[in-house]
Amino acid sequence: MTTLQSNLLENHTPTGREEAWRFTPLKRLAGLHDGSATPEARNSLALNGASQSGVTFTRGAISAASPSDDSIVNRIRNYTSDGATLSIEKNTIVESPIFLNRSSGGVDTAELSRVQIKVGEHAKATVILENTGDTHLAEDVEIVLAPGSDLTFISLQEWGAKTVYAATHNAIIDRDATFKAIHVTIGGDVVRILPKVEFVGPGASADLQGVYFATAGQFFEHRMHVDHAVPHAKSNVNYKGALAGDKAHTVWIGDVYIRAAAEGTDTYELNRNLLLTDGARADSVPNLEIETGEIVGAGHASTTGRFDDEQLFYLMSRGIQEADARRLVVRGFFNEVISLIGNEEIQERLMARIDDELEKAGK
Amino acid sequence: MSTLEIRGLKVTVDTEQGVKEILKGVDLTIKSGETHAIMGPNGSGKSTLAYSIAGHPKYTITGGTVTLDGADVLDMSVDERAKAGLFLAMQYPVEVPGVSVSNFLRTAATALRGEAPKLREWVGEVKSAMEGLKMDPSFAQRNVNEGFSGGEKKRHEIMQLELLKPKFAILDETDSGLDVDALRIVSEGVVRAKEANNLGVLLITHYTRILRYIQPDFVHVFAAGKVVEQGGPELAEKLEANGYAEYVNA
Ligand SMILES: Nc1ncnc2c1ncn2[C@@H]1O[C@H](COP(=O)(O)OP(=O)(O)OP(=O)(O)O)[C@@H](O)[C@H]1O
Ligand SMILES: [Mg+2]
Repeated sequence: MTTLQSNLLENHTPTGREEAWRFTPLKRLAGLHDGSATPEARNSLALNGASQSGVTFTRGAISAASPSDDSIVNRIRNYTSDGATLSIEKNTIVESPIFLNRSSGGVDTAELSRVQIKVGEHAKATVILENTGDTHLAEDVEIVLAPGSDLTFISLQEWGAKTVYAATHNAIIDRDATFKAIHVTIGGDVVRILPKVEFVGPGASADLQGVYFATAGQFFEHRMHVDHAVPHAKSNVNYKGALAGDKAHTVWIGDVYIRAAAEGTDTYELNRNLLLTDGARADSVPNLEIETGEIVGAGHASTTGRFDDEQLFYLMSRGIQEADARRLVVRGFFNEVISLIGNEEIQERLMARIDDELEKAGK
Repeated sequence: MSTLEIRGLKVTVDTEQGVKEILKGVDLTIKSGETHAIMGPNGSGKSTLAYSIAGHPKYTITGGTVTLDGADVLDMSVDERAKAGLFLAMQYPVEVPGVSVSNFLRTAATALRGEAPKLREWVGEVKSAMEGLKMDPSFAQRNVNEGFSGGEKKRHEIMQLELLKPKFAILDETDSGLDVDALRIVSEGVVRAKEANNLGVLLITHYTRILRYIQPDFVHVFAAGKVVEQGGPELAEKLEANGYAEYVNA
């Protein structure tokens, strides 16, 4: 038994002593992890905008694409087989992004949600999942990429201040498929997302990009698990986080597992954190486990630093006042990932929210 | 006509070995339209003088005054100094990842002018400033100083000088690291800024070659944290021939 094979989730109600749960404030998870939450069927996800040809969004019974060892996912699956399915027909090139919107249903009860996104052979699409409002939500998202398909999955956490969101976003990637994920987390009380990648066919690639910005009291956790089970797959992880305010806490875990069969693997992961004030805490743990020497490359890096006073001085010496200079530097820090979204309106909205959070955090 | 006046300026830095005095009483007066060259050995405190006037937080002022037309510069925040009309072209310009040159320049111009410049005119201004310094238009889209070569960073500094139109500019070794063509292009930019705005210039350099393009009215020799001699352009020639030995050992 190796350490990273299982993502260390242990598949039982977490106590907080498990490796995969040790950073998470279980008391603030609203009972999503131990079954004490009161479930309510809300069907909160909807397709937004005109339907495009080759794209269908339906609700009905779902069977899991991949077994899970996550107790939350298994709770959801035991509770219901009903879920939302977004399908993109094979050989379909979907020109404009497909928007999925969340109507949040409050925090007195909890939603246990199942979602599947299925991309047919040689289809290509961008899916933007916009999360807003206040909710208690546990979610099992499975993203299934058929051979030769190409999906960009953008997950925006613009939650309200009361939201507790615990989710697994698992991409199952077949031969020669291209997967790109962009996770943005800037709202919510507790957000715990497990972006996972399972390579099931050779020649595929996964690019996981993410940004998070936690202010006073917020807890945001992003726990990657990339499973290189087959040869010649490529993975890249790049997450950037900023923290401001007392007890802002972020966790980034990058578990990459290269199995003996995964010859020709090429993987790199990077996490950078910017501490804007005292009293905030960024945990960052890259883990790389390699069972074959026949790889192209494997590396990781993690940095956590403070605000660069030299940058601030440079901008201010050109007449820019301190608050604006800080805003520029923070925007600049996030821009590398945010600009990948490729939608000016969303990018500007996210940057404006980041400005707001920064202002609220003071200094 | 404006006057930048430095009187008895004393500055320390905190080092691991404790507080170290670097500037030991600097006196210097610059008027609009004048060019003052400062030459002096490595480590004598030239950059410290430049940064202290601009307000870098690393330096502690322990004595003396800096005034601009009587206003107390040392009492101003860094951005207020820029708004008062001071500009520092840095020896090592700072990279600001993720912030485009175009966004940076417009934010700075908006701050200094008190209102956002009209877009159409602004685009023209930037374009001609870039052309003047033979910078490719693609620089506007790049991140501030990120991946710029040494010479490109210096051009970018002088481009800002032309766009932001200060009253006084301190050029800290703007000529270092420039090839002969770039030296001429950058010098011409400084001369344009002088002519356009009656700019006063404090030019820190190790070489006389830039002084052929930007004629100094005064040359000051800087050693061990103060001005030790002053003269006209002929002093620069003498320094280049003889070095600083007589000042350092004095
Ligand atoms: N943080 C610091 N710790 C220790 N010494 C420092 C620090 N900052 C500056 N100094 C010292 O202050 C002195 C003056 O430095 P400064 O950069 O002003 O010199 P300079 O005249 O500009 O030199 P150069 O011609 O090499 O650019 C140097 O001896 C330098 O080592
Ligand atoms: Mg220097």
